[in-house]
Amino acid sequence: MILAAFNLIRSPSEMLSFVAQRVVKGVIVLLAIVVLNFFLIRLAPGDPAVVMAGEAGATDQVFVKQLREKFGLDKPLPEQLFIYVKGIATLDLGFSFRQQAPVAKLIGERLPATLLLTLTAFAISLALGILFGTFAARFAGTFLDTGITVFALIFYAMPIFWVALMGILLFSVTFDWLPSFGYDTVGGNYTGLAHVIDVAKHLIMPAMTLGLFFMATYTRMTRASMLEVKRLDFVKTARAKGLSDAVIQRRHVLRNALLPVVTLAGVHSGTLIGGAVITETVFAWPGIGRLMYDALLQRDYNLLLGVFVICSAMVLIFNLITDLVYRLVDPRIEFAS
Amino acid sequence: MSKRVLLGLLLACGLTASALAQQPKTGGTINAVIQPEPPGLMLAQIQNGPTQMVSGNIFEGLLRYSPKLEPQPELAESWSVSEDAKTYTFKLKKGVTWHDGKPFTAADVLFSIEMLKQTHARARNNLAQVEKVEAPDDYTVVFTLKQPFGPFLGIFEVGSMPMVPKHLYEGTDWKTNPYNNAPVGTGPFMFKEWQKGSFIRLVKNPNYHEKGKPYLDEIYWQVIPDAAARSVAYETGKVDVLPGGSVENFDVPRLSKLKDTCVTGAGWEFFSPLAWLWLNNRQGPLADKRVRQAIMYAIDRDFAKDVIWNGLGKVATGPSASTIKFYTDDVKKYPYDPAKAKALLKEAGYKGEKIRLLPLAYGETWQRWGEAVKQNLQDVGMTIETIATDVAGGNQKIAEWDYDIAFTYLYQYGDPALGVGRNYVSSAIAKGQMFNNVEGYSNPEIDKLFADGAVATPDSKRKEIYEKAQKILVEDVPVAWMLELQFPTIMRCKVKNLITTGIGVNDGFKDAWLDK
Repeated sequence: MILAAFNLIRSPSEMLSFVAQRVVKGVIVLLAIVVLNFFLIRLAPGDPAVVMAGEAGATDQVFVKQLREKFGLDKPLPEQLFIYVKGIATLDLGFSFRQQAPVAKLIGERLPATLLLTLTAFAISLALGILFGTFAARFAGTFLDTGITVFALIFYAMPIFWVALMGILLFSVTFDWLPSFGYDTVGGNYTGLAHVIDVAKHLIMPAMTLGLFFMATYTRMTRASMLEVKRLDFVKTARAKGLSDAVIQRRHVLRNALLPVVTLAGVHSGTLIGGAVITETVFAWPGIGRLMYDALLQRDYNLLLGVFVICSAMVLIFNLITDLVYRLVDPRIEFAS
Repeated sequence: MSKRVLLGLLLACGLTASALAQQPKTGGTINAVIQPEPPGLMLAQIQNGPTQMVSGNIFEGLLRYSPKLEPQPELAESWSVSEDAKTYTFKLKKGVTWHDGKPFTAADVLFSIEMLKQTHARARNNLAQVEKVEAPDDYTVVFTLKQPFGPFLGIFEVGSMPMVPKHLYEGTDWKTNPYNNAPVGTGPFMFKEWQKGSFIRLVKNPNYHEKGKPYLDEIYWQVIPDAAARSVAYETGKVDVLPGGSVENFDVPRLSKLKDTCVTGAGWEFFSPLAWLWLNNRQGPLADKRVRQAIMYAIDRDFAKDVIWNGLGKVATGPSASTIKFYTDDVKKYPYDPAKAKALLKEAGYKGEKIRLLPLAYGETWQRWGEAVKQNLQDVGMTIETIATDVAGGNQKIAEWDYDIAFTYLYQYGDPALGVGRNYVSSAIAKGQMFNNVEGYSNPEIDKLFADGAVATPDSKRKEIYEKAQKILVEDVPVAWMLELQFPTIMRCKVKNLITTGIGVNDGFKDAWLDK
């Protein structure tokens, strides 16, 4: 692994040009996402001005007309798109109709919580998935293998909201070990380490709920991939060299078997945010998943698009990292020029 | 000491003890649920339920209303009406200060009215009859009306006409004013902190104008988006108050039975939410009055009340809820009678044409109600197709008149001129808008009655007019009235005096205290 990292650093110019190319491509993809979503959102029936007028208990035409003018919804669609894209170019994500605040500010308030939740869940799912997958492959066909498979599949088969509610019922209501909702104890006023511990206690259930769901795929993927790699010639060679089984498993089999897992992890980065919408809702976790869901229901176009832009950017960054990790895991892979 | 004296003493002691027990105690924190999270707290600019529930503690109106909807002093200590019922004079309370220490005066009232006319659609409608507003001195405000307007004294509660600090808003861009995010009012609690997605914290206003109030030190409004999680939060003791509508109806009986839990349906008298089915009067079978009447007979509204709403609420008799002014139940009755419904459908020549039903996407209770109504209507031979949408999509369909039957519920604001007429008069037919006369009912007699009712004096005359209007409407069935809804507030029994007015939890917690 150290050698691989060295490989990565050894060719910085190659890497830089690779990253630069990917960034340019990423910006084009992002732009396409913005344009596509801009129209898709507006295809959904429902008008933000009517939703807001409805909430205000207002019935007069003047009010709806005022709202449309205020939010620029009375302008032709291409003009609205132009204004929006021009804003994005200057990193201005626009103004939220309903929340009456800049979109960037609203997302900025919520993004850290979502990143904390998704990255923790991501780490849990990868760590447990690879660990269980390795054990399952190592003891393939045994009771342990079956046990791990069943355990993983249970969490994959159950809907996230159900696991979340059962977790709350068990660990909050019955045992009272963990808090059932929120980011930290409201009114707790903890600081320093006490605050970190408080947040960690609140994080356990949502992160485990989300993490266990994704863990199943990593477990299955690692197991299958390891069993496949095990049969390859270079493993036989390693064995013939007299290397210990543990070293063969860790250095040769696992490392080669991880490539599909890394690919999957890159793909999952986007799905994780989707899963976070439900997890954040059930556990009242103050992240962007819930912000996105509310924005969708309220037809808060700018806020919704803003969340899409940020999520898409995150997926692109995750995928870039995945490509870099490929190289780290397998030095044979070159940076394409 | 004779037995009688002893008994008297004991009784007196007992009474004193019970009086002492009811003596409000100061201090403590209330954790309440707010659902959904309000988009903002500036009540003059954002008028939705959750905003009022939180900001009703920060801002105040000139008046508040008792459960019987009688006006009570708030920022105005007294008021008088001229003999011609066209001039209303309000005397403001002296010594009231904004949370930043500046005095509240008549200038603030004049400014608020000008602002609300631009930012608050309901206030603008309510003030349409006002010719001018003047402030002869710092503590007097005089409203002169174009003509008498019966419900005028009913438009001053905090959500309908919140007072805004002139010194912080005058000459600024209201939309981006920094005080929108840290609102400054005159209310019993001051804004302290808002962690988006988590909680809003309000703290006691030590300079509140009612001496000794508020009793509580602080209120945390907690944001918990999932209904099941809100129930758990109450069960595990993390929140003390679940305002009406916070949990799914099927959870209400279970939560009500929890130890030290009190439940009340009070506090909705001013809003009086009334649920009904919009019936599109313009086209198809529903254009025939007999079909609309058949729908009234076909639907088992007692079942909806007892099973879907767990016995909460009341079967509606017509366009007015029984809690608002000039209500009468002396109208045509529509008991559950499928046979009569079938006969009426036959008489109207209904031949199984498809009818689209739009349920309300407000959660499980409404979905179940949609299913029950569909079944009721199918039982009498109607062909019903349920259209699934979310709230925004459903609103648009209704506003564009693209529906046959659609669920709704609306507030009535205490007076038929404020919250009833808008749904039945021809002038309120406007495509693209919600909550007006979207059913397309048009009856010149009704138009005249509602026009006359708003300006008639005295109240006995108004009563006569509105009773007549109710009779005609119930005969015509422009919409199918279902239930007077009741949203029970669930709370720990140690929370006292939470609801003291007809506006309930939407009117601030200034009277609430904790019996620790």
